[in-house]
Amino acid sequence: MRSLEPWVEAPLTAFLTESGARLTLLMTGAGQVVAQHGFTRSLDVMSAAALGAGIMAATGELARVMTTVPFESVTHQGTALSLFLAGFDTPRGRWLALVVYGGETSLGLVQLFFGRMVEDLGRAAPAELPVQRVLAEDFEAQLNSSLRSLFGR
Amino acid sequence: MSLSELLAELTPVPGVRGALVVSREDGLVVADALMDDVDGKAVAALAASLAERMAGVTRALGQPEPLVWQLEGSDGILLAAPVPGGLLVVAVANPEVNVGELRLRVLHAAERAA
Repeated sequence: MRSLEPWVEAPLTAFLTESGARLTLLMTGAGQVVAQHGFTRSLDVMSAAALGAGIMAATGELARVMTTVPFESVTHQGTALSLFLAGFDTPRGRWLALVVYGGETSLGLVQLFFGRMVEDLGRAAPAELPVQRVLAEDFEAQLNSSLRSLFGR
Repeated sequence: MSLSELLAELTPVPGVRGALVVSREDGLVVADALMDDVDGKAVAALAASLAERMAGVTRALGQPEPLVWQLEGSDGILLAAPVPGGLLVVAVANPEVNVGELRLRVLHAAERAA
């Protein structure tokens, strides 16, 4: 498990242990990755983050068309692997989670421990953290730095 | 008979705090009749997980699937009975419940749910 924010590690580790999820990605609403578990290639993480954020944006728009409140989560049930995608509020803003799980666990367990992780993240978040502005000239350097942190190289 | 009517046969037993029909594969609540302090989603997810693991044990031993699982803790009892087709009838009760009566009712409910 790799994280850009140290306070995310304990709640995420507990979630991974309890839920039995195979892959997990935590990202901001804009698709910036905050933490990941199970991915081995940076390209996979970036693709999954972008696609996950896109799915949530699409379902949000669908909810708007249906004149209902935005959906909180989306589940894709597969024969071997399933996908759970959810948006949630943290003290650092709205985040998204993408969770891939197999037959060794269940949607009920993933949902149950995901809810607990969200609560834990709310408690673990530092009270005050400086908001870092991402400038265009710093973007590539910050992106590379984030990927190094997420993949240990 | 609806699933709600089925659960209504379990909840009158003194000491029962709730009853659920659970999707066994997903661990999700299909129907429930619970006291306010019982977290139905948690019970469903954990009961389904327990049932799958215990079924795995009996399969590994070459035995048929049990008719009912009974889990006793210091603060309560959980009974779960599989229903053909992928459901599970679950009851949560206080320790002082008449386990024999509840067990019969859970088994009966599972038969009728099939």
